[in-house]
Amino acid sequence: MIEIVNKPYSYTFKNYASKNKKILCLSGDLTSSCEVDSFRDEFPNQFVSMGMAEQNMMSFAGGLSMSGFIPFIHTFGVFTYRRPYDQLLASIAYPRRKIRIMGFLPGITTPAGMTHQAIEDISIMRTIPNMTVIETGDATEVESICEVADKVDGPVYCRMLRGSVPRLFDTPLKLSDIRVLNSGTDILLITSGICTEEALRARAALVNAGISILHLHVHTFKPFNEEKILDLLTNVKLGVITMENHLVNGGLGTMISEIISKNGLPKKLIKLGLKDTFAHGGSKQYLTKYYGFDAYALIKSIEKFIGQELNILEEDLETARIENVHSLSKAEAL
Amino acid sequence: MREKNKLNSEDIALGIRRRVFEHCIKNNGAYLSQACSSAEQLAWLYNEALNIGDSIMPSIPETFSGVPHINNKNYKTGAGYNGPISSEYDRFIFAPAHYALVAYATLIEVGRMAPEGLSMFNQDGSSVEIIGAEHSPGMEMHNGTLGIGLSTAAGIAYGRKLNKDSGDTCVFMSDGELQEGQIWEALQVSVYYKLDNLWAIVDVNEQQVDGAMSDVLDIGNIQKKINSFGAKCIEIDGHDIEAMRQAKNEKHKDQPLIILARTSPYKGMQYLKKRFPRLHYVRFKSEEERSKMNLEISKELGIDPIKY
Repeated sequence: MIEIVNKPYSYTFKNYASKNKKILCLSGDLTSSCEVDSFRDEFPNQFVSMGMAEQNMMSFAGGLSMSGFIPFIHTFGVFTYRRPYDQLLASIAYPRRKIRIMGFLPGITTPAGMTHQAIEDISIMRTIPNMTVIETGDATEVESICEVADKVDGPVYCRMLRGSVPRLFDTPLKLSDIRVLNSGTDILLITSGICTEEALRARAALVNAGISILHLHVHTFKPFNEEKILDLLTNVKLGVITMENHLVNGGLGTMISEIISKNGLPKKLIKLGLKDTFAHGGSKQYLTKYYGFDAYALIKSIEKFIGQELNILEEDLETARIENVHSLSKAEAL
Repeated sequence: MREKNKLNSEDIALGIRRRVFEHCIKNNGAYLSQACSSAEQLAWLYNEALNIGDSIMPSIPETFSGVPHINNKNYKTGAGYNGPISSEYDRFIFAPAHYALVAYATLIEVGRMAPEGLSMFNQDGSSVEIIGAEHSPGMEMHNGTLGIGLSTAAGIAYGRKLNKDSGDTCVFMSDGELQEGQIWEALQVSVYYKLDNLWAIVDVNEQQVDGAMSDVLDIGNIQKKINSFGAKCIEIDGHDIEAMRQAKNEKHKDQPLIILARTSPYKGMQYLKKRFPRLHYVRFKSEEERSKMNLEISKELGIDPIKY
């Protein structure tokens, strides 16, 4: 049974930031939603409430950095680049301020629909010069994020998980590293964020079906470890599948296709994720299935590569972990 | 290098106008009306109001040495022309980056930059850019996107309160950027956090790119708006340096201070009035226009016509 960790960011940030008075916790009116409410209550002098004013928050953070502080910005991912994109570039990215942006609700992890779902954040953030981009995929990675992000000499965007977070890994996140979760020779499967947990639901069924999968988990989109991908990509027989909680354009799938084309490799690529579409509000299980990037969609993609049906039924996959709509691990049902 | 206050601010303002005018005639165009409206403010800021140290940068600006990048270890902003960053000194943010030419002329007049610096203006490979960049003399950040200056200064001021710095943070702004919503977000936050170590002077020349603000997007009574946001807002004649001194001395405990300097976009160059409302960037359509303006305005500025 997989270990479920309750609000790992909450204690991680508190432990980390309370040791360095130069760190300031900024929140755009989403303090409990970003799990920094207990930090606010215990360390009010390091907390700066910015209200619902993201344009100001970005430039204000730039100013704090210019007076020697290290702002950690907390809000939903969408609010860090959609409205204040200009400020993100001029006040944070261009001058390489040491600002750590914690963006919550990645992709379809929220029933709050288009306005809350950051489905294009990786594609945008990774094309911004000077920006480092990290996505957390489990509780251990959430527990590493403050230390890893804060070591970066420049701005960092972190795609954050909150609430009940599964523990998949037992080693901390190392910037630009790529985790090898399973070795194999037929197919290279590359997943990130919540898609790694989702893909693992198919692991046993695929082993039973005799499919040899090389499974990688990516957490650092920039600086991206192209060499490692290239090295592992070269030897797989059938092709590559990427699975991301994001648009397939601009994110992980695109990054892999860039490596394939750059190196002239004869590899087929199937990109699972949102295919040039916005999503609507719903549960993670419903949305990943509806938009075709759940574990069953992965099975179907593998069938395409091997050219035959595997006769794996949905019930053969490990049970999906269902999160309650209302729980003590979340501030509101978002 | 000239000593602070050795010249009077009025003379510096005249020098700024003359220098920007000369540049405009020689280069067939410039942000000229901005020199008319803001010369007294910038002269007063650098000559009297700002508590800043001597420039720590070469008086002839270095050439462009790359944008901020992890591999560019020698990157420097242009802030050093405003002296070192230190707890007792004021920090100065120059918000309307298209006023850069006026800023450079000011740096020359107050002895922080060599006159040769202006010949590098808008030349390829130069740091003396047409829209003030972070690496341009006197600048510390990119303000080409209007509206981010006040928020940034508020962040600096907040940090400086935590650091218990005695120095203030000052922003030079223009009125057009008050149309940006971010300015009002910045005011909300500055008032909420009682940032009385933050102050701004706004060049209210009532002009923007498309013409007079009243025709483009009238923003009504600025003083009333800013006061109702809870900041201390004082309106003065922006060509009256004594009025600036008094405004700066107004008590503003627990409040940021915003000085609205009401100005004329053709102050000192009345001939420019003919162009109203096309004043944002002055360039000449014909040689006749150029030479006529050269004769008329040089007379007003008390100098010989510019040779070009």
